[in-house]
Amino acid sequence: MKPGKEHFSAPLYLLFTLVSIGIFCLCVCTGSVQIPPKDTIRLIWDAVCAQIHGFISHTRPVLPSGTTASILLSVRIPRVLCTALTGASLSLAGAAMQGLLKNPLADGSTLGVSSGAALGAVCAIAFGITFPALPFAGTMVTAVIFAFLSLLIILGLSYKLDYSLSTNTIILIGVIFSMITSSLMSIVITFAADRVQHITFWTMGSLQGSGYPDALVLLFSLVFFGGAIFLHGRELNAFAVGEENARHIGVNVRRVRLIILIAVSGLIGVCVSIGGNIGFVGLVTPHMLRMLTGPNHRRLLPASLFGGACFLMLADLAARTMLSPRELNVGIVTSLTGAIVFILIFCHTRRGK
Amino acid sequence: MPEMLKVQNLSVRLGQKQIIENLSFSVDEGHWLMIAGPNGAGKSTAVRAITRGVDYSGEILFNGHDIRRKKAVELARCIGALAQANPVSYAFTVEEVVSLGRYSHTPGPFSFSLRREREQQKFSSETTRTPEADMVEYALDLTGMTPLRRRSVLTLSGGELQRTFLAQVLAQDPSLLLLDEPTNHLDLLYQKQVFELIGEWIKIPGKAVVSVIHDLSLAKAYGTEVLLMDHGKSVALGAAGDVLTPEFLKRVYRMDVCEWMKKMLSQWT
Repeated sequence: MKPGKEHFSAPLYLLFTLVSIGIFCLCVCTGSVQIPPKDTIRLIWDAVCAQIHGFISHTRPVLPSGTTASILLSVRIPRVLCTALTGASLSLAGAAMQGLLKNPLADGSTLGVSSGAALGAVCAIAFGITFPALPFAGTMVTAVIFAFLSLLIILGLSYKLDYSLSTNTIILIGVIFSMITSSLMSIVITFAADRVQHITFWTMGSLQGSGYPDALVLLFSLVFFGGAIFLHGRELNAFAVGEENARHIGVNVRRVRLIILIAVSGLIGVCVSIGGNIGFVGLVTPHMLRMLTGPNHRRLLPASLFGGACFLMLADLAARTMLSPRELNVGIVTSLTGAIVFILIFCHTRRGK
Repeated sequence: MPEMLKVQNLSVRLGQKQIIENLSFSVDEGHWLMIAGPNGAGKSTAVRAITRGVDYSGEILFNGHDIRRKKAVELARCIGALAQANPVSYAFTVEEVVSLGRYSHTPGPFSFSLRREREQQKFSSETTRTPEADMVEYALDLTGMTPLRRRSVLTLSGGELQRTFLAQVLAQDPSLLLLDEPTNHLDLLYQKQVFELIGEWIKIPGKAVVSVIHDLSLAKAYGTEVLLMDHGKSVALGAAGDVLTPEFLKRVYRMDVCEWMKKMLSQWT
């Protein structure tokens, strides 16, 4: 196979990048205080220049001041950055899982992995599990571990009940598992109400008030875990064709599956510990993009990265502005759209049979 | 020169059930071994053991090397397998599925040894190198799938789908081809095409085939050797003419198979 046929061409990447930047700017400009695009771009430019200047001359950077500047630089930009990174991570995790399990309905929220991670994060906060050097690493590490354990439990149970891992079994077990974890989470929150944030944050997710450190953590997890997924594009194609077939053509099935599951848990765990349980992002975007790019993961994975970022930025924009001045949780918007898409896929696959 | 495939005292146990007990057989270059027997005799499991799809005890040697010592990609470069059925759920194109057969031959980001091997080959001999695209083209041509190469596998008929996966395993270019009832549920024209195709393929030097088969006439027509199995044990093993005799078949199938087949065929004259 010729190279380039399987991958995206450079112009297409450029187009994706431009669209993402466009949506980023739109999201940064819009809000309770409208900031004209021209001012936004100038402010960002000034801030970046000041940072670079400060870095070169080893002085404290002189950032642009004023209300608009502070809204933009310390509230909107970190929030939109976090949103984009969370969207990209969740949708990459969803795409990987759908390929691995050969199941277009698999996703952190439908399998119950996100609820598992949320339970882990809540437990860490309630019982005060922290690492002294890194203030929020405790929550994050517990969330990642819980996400991985959830995946093991769900897949283990599914394998036991039905070796072919059919859609029905896996979704049913996922639903039951998320119910259990949600109720456990409610119990923990009831007893530690003074320490744990409001329950809607954990069940519906929100990126309100996230800052630059969060964005940095998300970026690191995306590079590390997302990179692991990217390196296994061919293996994911093989799994998406069939696990037995993957073994026949020489894929080390056990090792690849373990790596992908760890990477997916890492991505979901980090996202949940920062933004709560934002559902269905990993279901909606890969599904829509598969119609555009086809199921080949060499194209689907990069597309999911950009698509997920755009989708969640727009969903967050809708959550902020639809009922302004009141703000919705972003998870409400994604779950609403996600549930509709879920029903559509389900009807489509049923009719196909 | 050892046999290409040598299976010694193979036993497979799944839970409480003994699926295969002390099975031994071997396959030489240029030979086509047919494994026949009633349902539940352990035929498919024997084939799965050779692809390391089940845990087994005993020994399976490929060209004298224990297959458990080999890496998954190394094994796939020697042994290819076609499953009974390959349900698909994503709209990959025929060409994408066939190209996956080259997986074990294309260096991934971490397969440094294969990449080094490729580099050496490039220097030593330009002619023996089989470029990736050529193998895929060859397999598509051989199976007659070239006109359908851009079609989504979701839109194919059962026969076309099975032919796609046959093309995939041919693109994989293994020395030993394992077939698990390759023409199950498929019409006669397809059966004829597949068996004639593999009959030609096996003439390439250094190839051998092992297939699980229900149709005893096909086994007799194409097989060089036959292994007759019942209840996980070998009943008879040898040249096709020596094993597929009325006595052995009666013992394994608990009915007079030859009489029955004659009666069926006599309707047509």
